[in-house]
Amino acid sequence: MEKITRITSRTIVLPQSDIDTDQIMPARYLTTTNKEGLGDAAFADWRYDDQGQPIADFPLNAPGAQACQVLVAGNNFGCGSSREHAPWGLVDFGFRAVISTRIADIFRNNSLKNGLVPVIVSADVHETLLANPGAEVTVDVDSRTLTLPDGSRVEFPLDGFSRHCLMEGIDQLGYLLSQAGAIAEFEQDRPLQP
Amino acid sequence: MSGQTLFEKVWQDHLVVPETPDNPAVFYIDLHLIHEVTTPQAFDMLRERGLPVRRPDLTLATMDHSTPTVPVPSLGELDVVAEPAAAGQIRQMIVNCEEFGIDLLGFDSEHRGIVHVIGPELGATQPGKTIVCGDSHSSTHGAFGALAFGIGSTEVGHVLATQTLLQRQPKTMAVNIEGTLRPGVGAKDIVLALIGRIGVDGGVGHVLEYRGSTVRGLTMEQRMTVCNMTIEGGARAGMIAPDDTTVEYLAGRPRVPQGADWDAAVTRWLALPSDDDAVFDLELNLNVSDLDPQVTFGTNPGMVVPVTGQVPADTGDLSFRKALDYMGLAAGQPMLGTPVDVVFVGSCTNSRLSDLRETASVLQGRRVADNVRMLVVPGSQAVKQQAEAEGLHEVFQAAGAEWREAGCSMCLGMNGDVVPPGKLCVSTSNRNFEGRQGVGARTVLASPQTAAAAAVAGEIADPRALLNH
Repeated sequence: MEKITRITSRTIVLPQSDIDTDQIMPARYLTTTNKEGLGDAAFADWRYDDQGQPIADFPLNAPGAQACQVLVAGNNFGCGSSREHAPWGLVDFGFRAVISTRIADIFRNNSLKNGLVPVIVSADVHETLLANPGAEVTVDVDSRTLTLPDGSRVEFPLDGFSRHCLMEGIDQLGYLLSQAGAIAEFEQDRPLQP
Repeated sequence: MSGQTLFEKVWQDHLVVPETPDNPAVFYIDLHLIHEVTTPQAFDMLRERGLPVRRPDLTLATMDHSTPTVPVPSLGELDVVAEPAAAGQIRQMIVNCEEFGIDLLGFDSEHRGIVHVIGPELGATQPGKTIVCGDSHSSTHGAFGALAFGIGSTEVGHVLATQTLLQRQPKTMAVNIEGTLRPGVGAKDIVLALIGRIGVDGGVGHVLEYRGSTVRGLTMEQRMTVCNMTIEGGARAGMIAPDDTTVEYLAGRPRVPQGADWDAAVTRWLALPSDDDAVFDLELNLNVSDLDPQVTFGTNPGMVVPVTGQVPADTGDLSFRKALDYMGLAAGQPMLGTPVDVVFVGSCTNSRLSDLRETASVLQGRRVADNVRMLVVPGSQAVKQQAEAEGLHEVFQAAGAEWREAGCSMCLGMNGDVVPPGKLCVSTSNRNFEGRQGVGARTVLASPQTAAAAAVAGEIADPRALLNH
């Protein structure tokens, strides 16, 4: 996972609320056994017509869209299926942060493991960002702040462990493996049947 | 100090290392359910690091999502009945399980089925356990008083390698359900009404505990239907306290403790319910005495109305309008009489024996309307056998419905069972998202009885008109 300290980018805005992971990555792309090429499939049913051609007015098809690293989405982004193919696709497309008023729990967990920063903002800030697609923002993981187009800064919640992992590009498996002693001890007191 | 909730008891019991302000808890997992779709990348993660699976004995593997629901006579013939990518994924699952020493309940197993149907059926799902799966409907297992939730593929790798996860403690919400259900109204209607009330994000960050006299009166299969859809309200997990109903269901199942261990387990399980003075972060009351059968009208499971109701009035909301446009419905339109093209009975929500019995009770002596395709897909091969022993398949087939092999099937359309573009499907599954059942497919979520009534009428219908005939 690449290290992420600060992202400065123009935004792409998808204003619909409750965008579920079936929209982010339709099920027919889940038969893959690796993570490659999922960026092309991200939002496939909203992005391409029934001939597979890009729909011109869909924001991810706009010229320069792939240079945008910040997605601003309507309320409650990433609900539904636990498929990690959703954040894999967003990251492969080029996104490094997603901003909403609420982000679904499983999607949030999956995002943090793939270098996609979940940024929760207030309804006021959200409204401003929704109304200004293409505006430049800065997501600063180090200070846990979002710099808005007018230069003002707001804080967003990010626990210390997640922040550390994002900034150092650390995979959490290494941390869990370092707990092997404690896990073995726990298991000794815990006879289990499958 | 106040007492503990069911959730808190299970949470405390699984802390290998408690959380601190700096670090999340190292949290132990008792049962890891795996399937072919969300594991290939996790096994690769282990391979890249040369790691074994820590507890293959606590890992239960099957194939359900991309598997065909027509018989697979042999693996060599898989390519005839499955898409090449799906066949490849199924073969990869077999290779991964062999390489890492995990027993796989595959095509040759009479126990194969939807992962959330077979866990309980085998008795692997037990009260007080922590259960995870790379599938959001893991919440199903909470019906037994287990703490069960969905995880992504990276976390599947974490559990395979360490049998633990990094977790922060969620908040708790009590959902108190009271009232006696009217005939023709069931568990699916309760949970749809609940999601309609709290919305698809109402439970974010919380573990729900379903309580109250109505819940106590539900069978285990009904409780599973309720807990299954907890995730559709955005909650981390849903739980129901174990009681005599739970113990009776589990008794004699293959993977439960035996002899004196069984008695000890039952004693432990029956101490799990929330203490009388336990405090929840949130409480919500729901009375179901006047509940009607519920159906969805839009493109998420929170867009719910009674089957006898109308599509709500236009609020001007962008997502609402987009949903109605996708569904081909108009604000204010009655749901009854909406033409139906496909009916699907199946999925981890409603594919158990009692669901099939309810479906058959409506179809008995009737025909599926000429313009409707109806698919009935049992949740497991064991459910299939039981249903056939009762002759339910004959009722379905005589009515003109297709009777299939077990799998997730048309719930998410990964295996070729799809709803054509623009067609409307009344489905007993859990998600009516755009394209969920196929590109351009329109989904109306409903109970098995409501689905069967729609199949007979060829349009959305009130199942109560077809009962007791």
